[in-house]
Amino acid sequence: MTPEFAASQYVIEVIYLVASALFILSLKWMSSPTTARHGILAGEIGMVLAIGGTLLHHGIVDYKWVIIALVLGSGIGIPLGMVQMTAVPQRTALSHAFGALCVTLVGSAEFYLQTPQIPKFTMSVLSMEVILGGLTFTGSLIAAGKLQEVLPQRPITYKGQNIVNLGLLAVAIGLAVYLVLHPEAKQYFPLIVGIALLFGVFLVIPIGGADMPTVISLLNSYAGLSAAAMGFVLNSKLLIIAGALDGSSGLILSVIMCRAMNRSFTNVLFGAFGQVQTSAAAGQEAKPVRSATPEEAAAILAAANKVVVVPGYGMAVAQAQHKVRELYDLLTKKGVDVRFAIHPVAGRMPGHMNVLLAEADIPYDRLIEMDEINGDFPQTDVALVIGANDVTNPAARTDQSSPIFGMPILDVDKAHTVMVIKRGMSPGFAGIDNPLYYLDNNLMLFGDAKQFVGSIVKALGGH
Amino acid sequence: MPSNLIDALFVFMLAAFIGFEVIRHVSPLLHTPLMSLTNALDAIAVVGAIVLVGERRAPYATVMGVIAIVAATSNVVGGFFITDRMLKMFKTSRPTKAQGTKP
Repeated sequence: MTPEFAASQYVIEVIYLVASALFILSLKWMSSPTTARHGILAGEIGMVLAIGGTLLHHGIVDYKWVIIALVLGSGIGIPLGMVQMTAVPQRTALSHAFGALCVTLVGSAEFYLQTPQIPKFTMSVLSMEVILGGLTFTGSLIAAGKLQEVLPQRPITYKGQNIVNLGLLAVAIGLAVYLVLHPEAKQYFPLIVGIALLFGVFLVIPIGGADMPTVISLLNSYAGLSAAAMGFVLNSKLLIIAGALDGSSGLILSVIMCRAMNRSFTNVLFGAFGQVQTSAAAGQEAKPVRSATPEEAAAILAAANKVVVVPGYGMAVAQAQHKVRELYDLLTKKGVDVRFAIHPVAGRMPGHMNVLLAEADIPYDRLIEMDEINGDFPQTDVALVIGANDVTNPAARTDQSSPIFGMPILDVDKAHTVMVIKRGMSPGFAGIDNPLYYLDNNLMLFGDAKQFVGSIVKALGGH
Repeated sequence: MPSNLIDALFVFMLAAFIGFEVIRHVSPLLHTPLMSLTNALDAIAVVGAIVLVGERRAPYATVMGVIAIVAATSNVVGGFFITDRMLKMFKTSRPTKAQGTKP
């Protein structure tokens, strides 16, 4: 080792150290909207430093392809950064897939470069890297396809699905163990990657649309862990740190999502929600419901003092958030106190509703979390539910036989008046009937969310 | 190698704990931008791909590495870009620049 080489190596390590610190600060500043944008800046500086430092690496002789690839990647990244806010969940899933693709490719190349002199420990983490990377790659692609509605959102299930899935995983792990012990048997390596890719597909196809927040978070965690494993393979502490941060972030979000649905990880991954309950939907049509016109709804809203709006995925689908903002503006001008109740799993990814409402220029201090607002519903004059269903279902509190019993919900039924904008009486994603709709204080507002809110706005004297 | 391994495991353990503590305090309001930011940071895997391509060890390694760099860089650029766009949208109705919502 020449002194020159050692010196440049130290410089690179120090640069990585600074970059790691910046990454941690970047996440720390995300804790509040007032400091969050500093967080991005810290992350960007850290990233530029890390990439710049890597280019100083003594072993790098081929700059041409590196630069071409960096430019090409940036070119693809810009349109991916400009997607509509409603498309953010599928964009996020797609970027998990890209991250995992990178990790899997580097891991595979590393295997072929090092085999058969690959140390046992390196081979173990390398297997972890490609298995996690492979399943995250295809799993995220399937998730993105479901979110983009290229693939059916309904869970796709068949008999013995869980046994097939676990069997596949067991085979992949078994092969990996064999390769650790016999690194010269490189013909098995493509099989490991192939099974991981297949497993990713099988893992996500049985998962339905409403479980997407958990699945995206879980895939986020896997992507992080695979990057950390790559850090072990390449002996890069920077990668280990970034991967561990991402892995723990994804894990925390998945736990929050699971808790918000009163379900366990295993239940989300192997339960295929929405399958069991399809029969429960039949035979409920006879009960009477009360409905109202936009004009009546407008009169009720104008007479209220306190209004809580409960947005759900239906609002995103109908792209109704800008109309909702107009309604918010008009009511606020009339002196009505309007707030928004955000259920943790409303929408298709963690925080989805907040982003959509913020996009429509609704101030974020009006967006209230479930635990904080639930106590206020008894003093609320009108709860206006827009495109949300299961998260308002009182059966979760009262009906032990309900499949969603125990799930924390927004207690809209305790408001003086509840108004639900809905296309028809069809049950929600989970196929569960909502007793809320038959309550005496409930009014159904039948129609498309965007058009209906638009009509209310018109009736209130907007345009 | 074994001492390296132990060091690496220590680093992983500490970083995981820091991650849990830091991210626990992120307001649910910002969970979507948080995910796109961690996504961008995670794309630091690009450094591994850069070394792979730069060292020019085998043609197949270069091809795989180039694809890996493209995929990761698109995450870096797209991830930071969209996170910034999202955060710009979050505005408060309070006129003062007081601390935002509680976590």
